Amino acid sequence: MPDGALELKDQQTVQLAAARLRRRQRGKDSAIRIGAVATILVLWEIVGRVVNPLLFASPSRIVSAAVYVVGSGELWKYMSVSLKVFAIGVSLGTLVGIIVGIAMARFRLLDLSLEPFTIALYSTPAVALVPLLVVWFGTGDKAKSVVIFFFALFPILINTYQGVKNVDPRLLEVSRSFRSTERALWFDVIIPASLPFIVAGLRLGIGRALVGMVIADLYTAVSGIGYLIVKYAQLIQMDRQFVPVVILSLLGVTLVQTLRWLEIKVAPWQQHGRDE
Amino acid sequence: MASSGVKIRVENASRVFLGGAVTALDRITLDIFENEIACIVGPSGCGKTTLLRCLDGLVPLSGGTIKIDGKPVVGPPSNVAVVFQHFGLFPWKTVYANTAYGVKLAGLPEPEIAVRVTRTLKLVGLEGFEKAYPYQLSGGMQQRVGLARALATDPDVLLMDEPFAALDAQTREILQEETLRILEEEQKTIVFITHSIDEALLLGDRVIVLTARPGRVKDILPVPFPRPRKLGTIRADPAFGELRARLWDLLRQEIR
Repeated sequence: MPDGALELKDQQTVQLAAARLRRRQRGKDSAIRIGAVATILVLWEIVGRVVNPLLFASPSRIVSAAVYVVGSGELWKYMSVSLKVFAIGVSLGTLVGIIVGIAMARFRLLDLSLEPFTIALYSTPAVALVPLLVVWFGTGDKAKSVVIFFFALFPILINTYQGVKNVDPRLLEVSRSFRSTERALWFDVIIPASLPFIVAGLRLGIGRALVGMVIADLYTAVSGIGYLIVKYAQLIQMDRQFVPVVILSLLGVTLVQTLRWLEIKVAPWQQHGRDE
Repeated sequence: MASSGVKIRVENASRVFLGGAVTALDRITLDIFENEIACIVGPSGCGKTTLLRCLDGLVPLSGGTIKIDGKPVVGPPSNVAVVFQHFGLFPWKTVYANTAYGVKLAGLPEPEIAVRVTRTLKLVGLEGFEKAYPYQLSGGMQQRVGLARALATDPDVLLMDEPFAALDAQTREILQEETLRILEEEQKTIVFITHSIDEALLLGDRVIVLTARPGRVKDILPVPFPRPRKLGTIRADPAFGELRARLWDLLRQEIR
């Protein structure tokens, strides 16, 4: 096809040129980021060596402390406890969030009757619920899972709801025009269309769940990674105290970036629009 | 024309919105004949798109009837397919999957689907683009997919809702030529909504002019040009200029 072939060739040239530009820009951006991190680390090291070691720790001391805390197996011992309840809480939050989000978007009765509660609970700082949850669920792993569940639930639920509600009505009409069944409509249109929203909700939910994990460790039976932080703080071992904190931060960054990547993967067409 | 040649019969079809506050279509009576291309023109907001959606059973009538092959339309009929102004492609589906969408829903066996999709993609000139996604294609190519998806279901009736309105002038012209070529290979009854007088005259066997809202049939003009048509020769034909002027006159009375 004359115009087709021409259009495609042009488009490929343009896309390649755009990709080259983006790569160059991305390279510059990364250089600035790495430079900034290196500068801060150097400053931190300088300050850390001057300040009283009981109050602060330099990066080099944290690294050697990390070698001990990780190497002795201490970190994993406490971390695994927290990660277990984290996994349970996030899985439950995801499951319930997606199911209730879809159900609310699909059934008007549920939508109208649950909306005040979801809005209220989403707006309430989840920390405020923790003492209440302790009264109801005790201080064990069950209570911790419930706390994490509550932290993770609402962003996932609300994003799923929005995703389903925001499906392009024109595409729904296309489906109707081609005589789609309700079931096919969900698999062909509604779920793929809301997937990017759901993944974004998951990213927000996981960020909050990490906060919930540490809070659960501190407010219920003190155990897990929260205990490790408290323990080293009480022993005034600043360098070791930083280790779980840094590990948590790395965990958060890894999880959130993975989900960002997934967001692009499930909806490459949205990324495409943004690039231009 | 003999009544056996009538494919779609629209009788006193009305459509109101907002509980009667807005009348989009007002007692439209109209016959569309088998294998003709009927172009519907009218000022914007006259209910052209509403009429098309009623023809596909996407919107119920407030009064009157629409019959296709003598059967009243209630919900989208299986032998009708629509090409949308906004293309209506699924961004998460490949060109192949988008084209296969309608046939798949029709429940055809997989090998038959493959044959149909390959054939129609070739027909619209998209051979080799099966694995591309809509966002990787230009607007013109996206609408080719929209056309392929409709043709793949092998409908008797093709409803085209200003299919080229969202395209730039040159792409539109190429697609008009293409449509002429494709429709000569595929015998279909076509209702083609457009706001372009030229497009209506180039493609149509008849041009149906609607009034401003509430939409009524104002006039119906036969287009005498023989087929196969070429855009260039038709434009050079003095009859084209005359018809164009007449249509403009009719429309000008409606646009104030």
